[in-house]
Amino acid sequence: MRNFLRAVKGRAYPRIVGALREPSWMFWDTFLPLLSISAYVFVYRALQAPKEFEGFVIIGGVMTAYWLSVLWGMASQFYWEKETGNLQQYLMAPASLESILAGMALGGMFATSVRVVAILILGTLIFQVNMTVSNPVLLLLIFLITLFALYSMGMMFASLFLLWGREAWVMNSLFQEPIYFLSGQNFPVKALGPIIAAMASIIPLTLGLDAMRQLIFPQSIPWALMSPWLELIFLSILSIVFFILAIVFLRKMEWIGKTKGTILTRWL
Amino acid sequence: MLFVHAIEVRDVWRIFKGKDGVVKALKGVNLYVKKGEIFGLLGPNGAGKTTLIRILTTLLLPTKGEAYVLGYDVSKDENKIRPYINMVSGGEYSGYGLLTVQENIWMFSQLYGIPSDEAKEKIKNLAKELGFEDILKKKVRTLSTGQRQKMNIARGFITDPQIIFLDEPTLGLDVEVARDIRNFIKKWLMDNPDRTVFLTTHYMHEAEIMCDRIAIINYGKIVAIDTPENLKRMVGKEYALIMNVQPKIDMEWIKNIDGVINYIPKNIEEGVKIRMIASREEAIGEVVEGILKRGAKIIYLNKEEPTLEDVFLKLTGRGLE
Repeated sequence: MRNFLRAVKGRAYPRIVGALREPSWMFWDTFLPLLSISAYVFVYRALQAPKEFEGFVIIGGVMTAYWLSVLWGMASQFYWEKETGNLQQYLMAPASLESILAGMALGGMFATSVRVVAILILGTLIFQVNMTVSNPVLLLLIFLITLFALYSMGMMFASLFLLWGREAWVMNSLFQEPIYFLSGQNFPVKALGPIIAAMASIIPLTLGLDAMRQLIFPQSIPWALMSPWLELIFLSILSIVFFILAIVFLRKMEWIGKTKGTILTRWL
Repeated sequence: MLFVHAIEVRDVWRIFKGKDGVVKALKGVNLYVKKGEIFGLLGPNGAGKTTLIRILTTLLLPTKGEAYVLGYDVSKDENKIRPYINMVSGGEYSGYGLLTVQENIWMFSQLYGIPSDEAKEKIKNLAKELGFEDILKKKVRTLSTGQRQKMNIARGFITDPQIIFLDEPTLGLDVEVARDIRNFIKKWLMDNPDRTVFLTTHYMHEAEIMCDRIAIINYGKIVAIDTPENLKRMVGKEYALIMNVQPKIDMEWIKNIDGVINYIPKNIEEGVKIRMIASREEAIGEVVEGILKRGAKIIYLNKEEPTLEDVFLKLTGRGLE
């Protein structure tokens, strides 16, 4: 267990340092999402939409930062690690791949949270959005479970991306925009209609956003997909399913890599 | 742990099925490596060296055959093997550019469960021995190739492995850095005589000065295993020659001369450099005569002490580069 935790700490370290060592990265990672948020806020203002819609966009922007971290920092990470030669070191080390992925996830969560806090504070101040948290404990629980489900999904994709053998950025592009849309990043997902919204609920971001919006902006409940408690239950189920699948695919990736040689051998 | 040899490879085959068909990377490799020796695997690019190292480091399974590291089966006991081995490859770009050299080595040490303070102390000592104390606080992305490889070497040795696998560790390095690394490896083994080094290289000089025993691999097959001295004795009774001929002429006809065992022509400025092994002295005269008859001049001719390259040439009919 101690060695597991050491490996987690070791692999989380580059991300934690990365978040703090390059201030210019932090500036751009905060400023650019704020620009994107601003665009939607002004659309809602022009349409004289209820004020909570502006809050929807800020929360959407915050949670999307985690989705980007999952895609670029988890799902495609093994691909980058393979390209640089780190994957070989990870596979050969006595540490389990789970500990390495857990380190990546924790480091990624920390690095993203630093940006997210900045986006949240600036967005709220600039656009004067009032947040009334009705149940902080439930909000925190939903936020944490959403992150767990999202990063488990990222772990699962990390192995799948290598198994599919495609370039990481191709896969990321494939998943990035559709998820923005289906999760209701900038609008209440209920607007997609009950069937599409239900299908989109397989994405943890969709349920997490919907539940958190209800808890932060109680006046938005009429646009909610389902109650936050129900969403918490579904999110918990998704977390477990994605986590188990992540372990299964990790083993499969390791096995295929060793038998076929396709993971580390570039010319195959 | 009770085991006879540090490494034992028995009839190992590795077949890859790729988009372009089937590639037999290893074809029935047999070898053993004694505890405490520097064992070299010498062969040209594509001979199967990296494939064998990957099997021994538990990254790849053999298609057929058995391999044992420290007495453990690489196919079944990878978790027992991994804590005791490490690997460094040449031209390796592992690590994270944003981290300092010290942080990078520390990070990898954590995957082996080394306590943080102990790791930091070891990094200092390794940096001192390898001569890179001055760059410990430098970010990895700013390092030169040589500095980077010294960092990689420290990364491999910090875990104090029972067996260290070095896959072309001095590839592309300048003479001085390569020498520092070789000296470090030799000293490490002298200080830790129960450890083992498995080295692959296509630099014959490196194999010759570093290794206690050498296996020569060609197209996935081991063609000879012995000490460097014994291997060179294989061409001891023969004549190893180097000739520079001007201008460039076709040298195909040499192979028809009785007594010419093998030769490699290499185009150089305004001519051809030929490395040749002949079994009888008269063959040299016939080659010289043939060159002159074709209107070319011999600018340089020297009979050399046989090298491992001559051994390789004799055994495989091709050069190492």
